Amino acid sequence: MRSSASGRIATGLGLALLAACSTPSAPSAVEEAPASAAAPSAYTIWDPYPQYDGSSEWVRLLEACGTQAGVTVERTGYDTSDLTNKVLLAAQQGNAPDVLIVDNPVVSTLAEAGVLTTTAENKLDVSAVSPNLLGAGQSGGETFGVPIGANTLALYYNKDVLDKAGVDPASVTDWAALTAALEKVTKSGGKGITFSAIGTEEGSFQFLPWFWGSGANLTKLDSPEGVAAVTLWTDWLKKGYAPNSVINNTQTTSWQEFATGEYAFAENGTWQLANAEKAGFPYGVIPIPAKAGGPAPAPTGGEFVSIPVQQDTGRYAASQQLVACLTNGENSLKTTTTLSYIAPTDSVQQQQVAADAKLGVWVEAVKVAKGRTGDDLGTKYPKISEPIWGAVQAALSSSKPPQEAMTEAQTAAASATQ
Amino acid sequence: MRVRLGSGQWAAWAFLAPVVVYLVVFYAYPLYRNVELSLRNYTVRSFVRGDAPFAGFDNYLKVFDDPAFGPALWHTVVFTVVSLVFQFTIGLALALFFVRNFPLSATLRALFLVPWLLPLIVSASTWTWLLNSESGVVNAALGVVGLGPVNWLTSPDWSLWSVTIANIWIGVPFNLVVLYSGLQAIPASVYEAAALDGANRRQRFWRITFPLLRPVSAITLLLGLVYTLKVFDIIWIMTRGGPSGSSTTFATWSYRLGFGNLVPSFGPGAAVGNLLIVAALVFGLVYVRTLHRRVP
Repeated sequence: MRSSASGRIATGLGLALLAACSTPSAPSAVEEAPASAAAPSAYTIWDPYPQYDGSSEWVRLLEACGTQAGVTVERTGYDTSDLTNKVLLAAQQGNAPDVLIVDNPVVSTLAEAGVLTTTAENKLDVSAVSPNLLGAGQSGGETFGVPIGANTLALYYNKDVLDKAGVDPASVTDWAALTAALEKVTKSGGKGITFSAIGTEEGSFQFLPWFWGSGANLTKLDSPEGVAAVTLWTDWLKKGYAPNSVINNTQTTSWQEFATGEYAFAENGTWQLANAEKAGFPYGVIPIPAKAGGPAPAPTGGEFVSIPVQQDTGRYAASQQLVACLTNGENSLKTTTTLSYIAPTDSVQQQQVAADAKLGVWVEAVKVAKGRTGDDLGTKYPKISEPIWGAVQAALSSSKPPQEAMTEAQTAAASATQ
Repeated sequence: MRVRLGSGQWAAWAFLAPVVVYLVVFYAYPLYRNVELSLRNYTVRSFVRGDAPFAGFDNYLKVFDDPAFGPALWHTVVFTVVSLVFQFTIGLALALFFVRNFPLSATLRALFLVPWLLPLIVSASTWTWLLNSESGVVNAALGVVGLGPVNWLTSPDWSLWSVTIANIWIGVPFNLVVLYSGLQAIPASVYEAAALDGANRRQRFWRITFPLLRPVSAITLLLGLVYTLKVFDIIWIMTRGGPSGSSTTFATWSYRLGFGNLVPSFGPGAAVGNLLIVAALVFGLVYVRTLHRRVP
């Protein structure tokens, strides 16, 4: 008795220490493992949707899927910027969640860390998923999860401002037409376009449609195409077609500028659709044009569902059922509608457009979108992305001309990824 | 058997235990981990597996070699020195003003504490709105008096000054409170004696107030220094250290290295953090030295 009691105290102290040293909210599920063996066992799910509480549609769907798989679900929602480090710490201590829903560019990082199982191990079926969406979760020929849904960027426009300037949004199909439209809008007393060029991943995310739309490649930032994309943005700022505040704009503050009703265009994502309805002016959405015309490939946003490595490999079976439940067929429609995403499969995308014709533009945009970590860049992408947002900021704030900014960015990216 | 501890000593150790455990768990261990983190070559994979190879001072060399090191050091020095000078001067002026106890002085003094009571995210976000290039109140006011708009947060020439101004505003109340209580501790009889000897106001300040306030000033400046060196929230919320690094200090750089990228570089991030700790420690030791010399 004595020894077991002191043992328990020691374990308790150990856990307290771990909790103190890592994070206040580190789960102590390990502790309860023996107790829950008799009852249906508890499976932990971590997601980056802290905005949904226990009574939300999303959490109820998770619980229903748990019941179907014969397990109880313990779900925790984390802030998306916290989640990566939480998962790394949890994996270090051997108590990663059973199911993890995580932002797609993080997947390759976690895969590199050896935290995630491959679809070969966990038997998830990804055959129906569009290859361009799956790309973000693949590296070295392995797939590390299923996209739960996708979103991407497009151009919102304010009909009133465009009408006043005499611009037909349907004519905005290439860079020249867009710049001409911005000029007309500015001359008619309106404001041109707002976007986010902040010095974080968000800035690179918003810049990529123009970078890729110019024909540039992430492995060569200082190509003439890459420089052309930076020059496009820089010229807009110089001519007053875009406000100077874009340098500091997050996607949210950029949206707030558009919501004032003064701006003709805003580059933003699917997630603003609900806010657009509330904006109080007629709006529309067009794909971001490529330099030479047609829609530019925008980066895919949205999360992947994956199954982290467990010591007890027997847990994968139930986890696989949980993930399949969230991503298969009609449940996918429910999940993506709940989270306001575009579905990752063709068939569900068609159902979505049938239900809401406004989603048509977004489905098209998602079809041509590209994963940031795709093209086998994987964990190299973040090291390329940081010089990109740095160069964009340097050019926009006129501390360096576009060519010089991109040449320096290429040097930095090359030395960081070698 | 001969070195048996008496019951008194056991009790002494028992009384000591809580504070020792507290110090070890919350101070010594995290500090040790941070030093260890900075001496190993961590990748995400080795972070999870806990098998990062020992790298000696490689992370420090990498940080020193980084083109961002020079500017970040310069920004940290400018940000800290300018903040301290203005916070202290304004704080002292206000303390001298309020020590004269006029009607409503207590209410006014309470109002001056507002910046200190606000959560940093609130004050920093408010400053961001005020200084916005397009729709900010500051530029609107400048426009009224005929001055062109200034890109406070988006121009590399202004961003560091903007965050410094915000930091001064936040730091003034602290200086005011501490210096005010220091002023009250100076006996009135000294001033009376000086007045009898015919000292004017300037002489009374430089010959009495300033020297007698020196110990309080020293601790105010030291605490201000440590506090300013580690200022992170204001800069991060207002500019993210940008545009293109023009307002990056060691604190924001360390955060960016460790957490601001999808692939964190824990080692260099911890190295920059340790440089900050060392800087604060050096000034702390200087303070202890000077204090030691004065006390006989």
